[in-house]
Amino acid sequence: MDYLLQIIGPLLEGTAVTLKVFFITLVLALPLGLMLAMVRVSRYRIASGVVNGYIWLMRGTPLLLQLLFIYFGLVHMPGGITLAAFPAAIIAFTLNYAAYFAEIFRGGIQSIDRGQYEAAKVLGLSYGQTMRRIVMPQVVKRILPPVSNEIITLVKDTALIYVLAMNDLLRVARGISNRDFTTFPYLGAAVIYLAMILVLTIIFQRMEKRYAVYDE
Amino acid sequence: MPSTMNDAPMIVARDIHKRFGTLEVLKGISLEVKKGDVIAIIGPSGSGKSTLLRCLNHLETIDRGRIEIEGETLVSTDADDVCRYAPDATVQRICRKMGMVFQLFNLFPHLTVMQNLIEAPITVKGMNREMVLPKAEALLRKVGLFEKRDSYPSRLSGGQKQRVAIARALAMEPDIMLFDEPTSALDPELIGEVLRTIRQLAEEHMTMLVVTHEMAFAREVSTQTIFMDEGEIVEARSPAELFANPQHQRTRAFLEHML
Ligand SMILES: Nc1ncnc2c1ncn2[C@@H]1O[C@H](COP(=O)(O)OP(=O)(O)OP(=O)(O)O)[C@@H](O)[C@H]1O
Ligand SMILES: [Mg+2]
Repeated sequence: MDYLLQIIGPLLEGTAVTLKVFFITLVLALPLGLMLAMVRVSRYRIASGVVNGYIWLMRGTPLLLQLLFIYFGLVHMPGGITLAAFPAAIIAFTLNYAAYFAEIFRGGIQSIDRGQYEAAKVLGLSYGQTMRRIVMPQVVKRILPPVSNEIITLVKDTALIYVLAMNDLLRVARGISNRDFTTFPYLGAAVIYLAMILVLTIIFQRMEKRYAVYDE
Repeated sequence: MPSTMNDAPMIVARDIHKRFGTLEVLKGISLEVKKGDVIAIIGPSGSGKSTLLRCLNHLETIDRGRIEIEGETLVSTDADDVCRYAPDATVQRICRKMGMVFQLFNLFPHLTVMQNLIEAPITVKGMNREMVLPKAEALLRKVGLFEKRDSYPSRLSGGQKQRVAIARALAMEPDIMLFDEPTSALDPELIGEVLRTIRQLAEEHMTMLVVTHEMAFAREVSTQTIFMDEGEIVEARSPAELFANPQHQRTRAFLEHML
């Protein structure tokens, strides 16, 4: 029991780092993903193609590689820059997750029946109004399950930042475990991850219930 | 609106051509719709009836010809055969004079019946809720669905959905209503209630174009019936004449097939 009290402090500090990366990534990657998706479904062929290539790049290479590249690799580029670990992590996660979100959003937008656009148009709604008022609210309902999935994965993916020597929850646990020769910190970390995921799961279930007021 | 325009026909279409790829779907359609006219458009499947309606309100663009709505030019074709639409803002303003009802209703599933009605008046016309609500309620009463105001579309029968769609179009106070086979997706026992609503509009002298396979309805309600086949208007006459005494072999064959 004493031991638990002893390690809970450091573990919670690690949790704070994990949550910070998680939230900032989420807040940046969701809108960026939406913007990418809008370009992707737009009639601007070249822009759409560029986004397509971007998504291929981000989904086609390991997130770990992207993380390492942005932190260690950019320095060696011509006119290279050195980033601190935290911004490097945020940039890598945001760029990567925006690509995954963009694909989910694109699928959702394209699943909306053409009749919805036509009904909106004959009622006089502009394209922007149609997207905002008619299409996106229906898209949200449809993409809630896959987006929830990605967000839950993000919580756990944040553990990758250990390669930048950032003291996230898992790295802290590993440090204590190596020092004290016990698996206990790992169990503690597992419980904290589970708790975070539980909170998210409850939030998503509430949201799905709210959207369940209508059927399609 | 300048008063000189009041005498202009509601719709003038001249020599409309429309092709999808190499398929010519409209081969020079001309028609004139006056205020209060109820035009029924009949014809075999694939003859271009839907495409004609969709060209009138810019859901499709034409390749050649001219369309005027209430005296304003939506699109015209010059001597060099170049087809030009009015500027976007003008096109939008002109098309707002026309409401449309689709075969598959196209109600907004995430909005209640009432929200479906007030969405466009609020978002497009910038009216405030307090102004729109009484009008929307009156429209729902008119189509007999006031008690469904807070239901979502998925809870309604097909006939109820279509009546909501009609009310939604009317909420924008159009001068002209376009109906594209409004009863074709309905179970037979639900067709009557929708036709009754359309008939009521006809009695109020709403200007309407109705594409329909309901021959009895076309005959009874329309002021003029147009028979289309293979992208052309074969005959356009009063329903009494057209149904009793079709002038063309194609019309006769079609009517025999339908009746
Ligand atoms: N968007 C499109 N792209 C390609 N071809 C089309 C398109 N829309 C319609 N067509 C074709 O144009 C022709 C006319 O279609 P349209 O829908 O206007 O006929 P219709 O008279 O309304 O028939 P129906 O009674 O079956 O509704 C058909 O051959 C159809 O396949
Ligand atoms: Mg049709």
